[in-house]
Amino acid sequence: MKLFENIFKFNGGIQAETHKTISTAETIKKFDIPKKIILPLRQHIGRLAKINVNIGDYVLKGQLIANADGNVSAAIHAPTSGYIESIEKLPIPHPSGLPDFCVVIKTDGKDTWVDKKPIQWKKIGYQKTVELLISSGIVGLGGATFPSHLKLTKKDHGAKLTTLIVNAAECEPYITCDDMLMRERVDELIRGINLLHDFLEFEESIISIEDNKIEAIEKIKNAIKNEKNISLKIVPTIYPSGDAKRLIYLTKGIKIPKNTRSSELGIQMFNVATIVAIYRFLEFGEPSLSRIITITGNIKKPRNYEVLFGTPLEEIIADAGGQKINNQTFIMGGPMMGFALPSIQVPVTKAMNCIISAEPKMLKNDAPVLPCIRCARCAEACPVELQPQELYWFSKSKQLDKVEEYNLFDCIECGCCSYVCPSNIPLVQYYRFAKSEIIEERQHQEEANIARERNEFRLSRLEREKIERAERNAQRRAQTSSDEKSKLVEEKRKAIQEAMQRVNKEGGEKL
Amino acid sequence: MISNQSPFVQDTTSVSFIMFLVLVALIPGILVHCFLFGYGILFNIITATITVVIAEYLILKARNYPVKPFLTDYSAIVTAWLLAVSIPSIAPWWIIVIGSLFSIIFAKHFYGGLGSNLFNPAMVGYAILLISFPAIMTKWPSAYSSVSFDDQLKLFFFGMSSYDAIASATPLDYLKTELLLNKNIDQILAEPIIKANPLIWVGVAYLLGGLFLIYKKIITWHLPLTYLLTLFLIASLFNLANPNNFAPFYYHLLNGGTFLAAFFIITDPVSGPTTPKGKIFFAFMVAMLVYLIRIFGGYPEGIAFAVIFMNICVPLIDKLSQPKVFGHD
Amino acid sequence: MLITIGIIIFLSLIIGVALGISAIKFKVDGDPIIEKIDSILPQTQCGQCGYPGCKPYATAIANGEADINQCPPGGDDGIHKLADLLGVDYKPLNEEHGVPKPKSVAIIDEKTCIGCTLCIQACPVDAILGSAKHMHTIIEKECTGCELCLPPCPVDCIEMVPIKETTENWKWKYPVHKLKVDERATP
Repeated sequence: MKLFENIFKFNGGIQAETHKTISTAETIKKFDIPKKIILPLRQHIGRLAKINVNIGDYVLKGQLIANADGNVSAAIHAPTSGYIESIEKLPIPHPSGLPDFCVVIKTDGKDTWVDKKPIQWKKIGYQKTVELLISSGIVGLGGATFPSHLKLTKKDHGAKLTTLIVNAAECEPYITCDDMLMRERVDELIRGINLLHDFLEFEESIISIEDNKIEAIEKIKNAIKNEKNISLKIVPTIYPSGDAKRLIYLTKGIKIPKNTRSSELGIQMFNVATIVAIYRFLEFGEPSLSRIITITGNIKKPRNYEVLFGTPLEEIIADAGGQKINNQTFIMGGPMMGFALPSIQVPVTKAMNCIISAEPKMLKNDAPVLPCIRCARCAEACPVELQPQELYWFSKSKQLDKVEEYNLFDCIECGCCSYVCPSNIPLVQYYRFAKSEIIEERQHQEEANIARERNEFRLSRLEREKIERAERNAQRRAQTSSDEKSKLVEEKRKAIQEAMQRVNKEGGEKL
Repeated sequence: MISNQSPFVQDTTSVSFIMFLVLVALIPGILVHCFLFGYGILFNIITATITVVIAEYLILKARNYPVKPFLTDYSAIVTAWLLAVSIPSIAPWWIIVIGSLFSIIFAKHFYGGLGSNLFNPAMVGYAILLISFPAIMTKWPSAYSSVSFDDQLKLFFFGMSSYDAIASATPLDYLKTELLLNKNIDQILAEPIIKANPLIWVGVAYLLGGLFLIYKKIITWHLPLTYLLTLFLIASLFNLANPNNFAPFYYHLLNGGTFLAAFFIITDPVSGPTTPKGKIFFAFMVAMLVYLIRIFGGYPEGIAFAVIFMNICVPLIDKLSQPKVFGHD
Repeated sequence: MLITIGIIIFLSLIIGVALGISAIKFKVDGDPIIEKIDSILPQTQCGQCGYPGCKPYATAIANGEADINQCPPGGDDGIHKLADLLGVDYKPLNEEHGVPKPKSVAIIDEKTCIGCTLCIQACPVDAILGSAKHMHTIIEKECTGCELCLPPCPVDCIEMVPIKETTENWKWKYPVHKLKVDERATP
């Protein structure tokens, strides 16, 4: 019944101006192959990928150039053909501005594919397919970059998967890459959903989309007309409806408990771009090589681009005409959860879904930060139903145990609290600080425990050696005569003296 | 935005905007009061505003705080206006000045300034005035003789030796004293000082202002609704049990600045609780205390003391009323 | 009168028995306070406090022989935690015992090392790998930065290198804001 269609609404959230029409006027433009490709080895959650090529090697498009290191890791592939120019630390898109290991490929423009074959997952079976997926390099393309093969488990803690929720919400303002993907490539999406449906044996699939994406909704409705397994759920446009747990609540009315994965309750969620990537891998053997990125905001020609990973960001921004009002500030991600890029001499990575050229009002920093007036608007806005004001008071005074008690780690850092705060307090900054501090403290505690153990072991080892030495001496004394003993001592003393002379000579030379 | 961290967009509501809307919501009540009882209330408001601004400026300078952001957040002015509308409009000038100074200096800045005061500053000022100058604080303007502008000026600056011509007790005060004289309650209630007292209209104007604040989402419904509901329930309870000694609910709701308290005084964000359940409990207890003070206490009106007492309990209320987090059981 | 005395004697008997049972049932082995103090100390095992390691220092604090402000690697944080645990007042770090330094690890210059094993014997957490006349090297992950290996080295080939900030260990900083009016950081 239409009345009960949106019966589940999470607490809080905000309704900000979405600014989506800035970048939806044009279609997705395929960006040319750049002269250089810079691939960071860490574009995902988990361990750094292990390089398996050398400088000077010729690589083909789609060739595996770095393996996933263990289960929580992802592979990296060459997005186009060329020569490995160098492997060095270069600037990456990270809030710290620190460099990290990258593989630089000098492209030859030929774009020669490696020998790619479709994956006959039905023939080779589930296990082997998951192993191949580990080397597909596919990670969550919604911005979280979680390795997707870890989410392609059929069972979790014994619970069988029943529902696939396709995250088409794209709740952050300014970002439109998923919207354009759905408008232009909805067939690939539907085929991908069907593939996942068969592969993981879901019972139903639901596409959850926000109500402001009117064209995409129409395209999807047409595409799923005859699909009995797929249904469409339109959710109201409230940020952050795209957050996994919030979207599950909006779609199914189920609140995923703390410390539980949604798959333990039979629900799995994927972003639309990730589903298309998985589809292309299984259907055509194409690993994850490119993504759609939105260039928007204070920019002359805003639009969406399809770019290869590793493309220098500068070139894309130049193609989009550059900034209208020059302020040299670009935000990676959305305005609520993104971060300001320390520089644009960085490559496009799997996490980069949007670059917002900062509008002047985003940089307005003359409003003073007043003390907290305890109005509790932040608590009203928090989608996780936390008490941000309490977290703020404790983080500010660095009472880290109390912050943890008040459920700091449930915070998804969505920014709703900072958005509504009348005193302009940057609340999320305090939570990020507190989280880093607590994690670092836990690490230090662990390291201290190990050091303590090693120290205790050493002390007991010394004890043991002392006892053994005493026993040995007692034995030897009983055996050796005094003459032989003094001869041994003399020889040892001579050897030490020679060594000391050698060292002093070498030491003198060195100085 | 402050430094280069998300979020990079911000809602436009600021502290000064919130305080400004509170002032706007007070205006209908002030105008009605002016119309019915003369200009006294405006003198009080103007004097209070000037005193408060000067006092806050001096204190901020003394504390080495930046003056501009704190002075322009209007929070001191809200305190001043709330105090000015709570005291009799025919009081001399030094009453409001002393009250304002106490509110700003002692109740607000000695505790840490904006956002740090433990007690509601307006109520602290009112309580100090009530205890120190009970005679003047209980002389309210009579409904039958509207004070002229010149007379009001004279009253304001020089006071008066005898207030009999223009002052009278409030309805609450009158009922209390008359009941002590063992008069019949229905008779008392029928007298014009209670039945036709125009102070009721001031209350209604405050009610409208309060509803405006709820509509603009400056305050939530928890505090006012719980307060009025509790007062209604307990008054009806006592009235049903013993109609001869306890007035019915409409008397309690319409008299004594109940609507002012419900929408403006107990909703002070800094000294009140922050959780929804906490707010409901706070308003419930304030209403109970107000009723008990009205009936059994020494003062005819008990809002100031009730609010101050519950302010002490707020940290505990907050701690015990933490709501359930999403996904926790 | 007699009844009162009888009641009081009865009550004291009951309370006495209860105390006795709890003394036996809830008895703890060893002195837990030393463990608690030791769990706060940073386990650098550097000896800057004047005691040969963190456990001896913890024991000294528990016995009242040492003060709580003698540990530079623990920093102010550590002193606060000790003050809270023991219920004493906080006092600032006693600079006689050293100053807090940024966390560093030791590194051996392999060209200069002569394989004398003196540093191996000095390391309190056995973080140096090597044997006589063979190359020595420091296991970076286990090094606590105590600097005890520097004095014994006869060729002075060990140096302390501060841990660099990388994307792996980078963390968000404490937010500080200035009110534009007078350039003063808000509290």
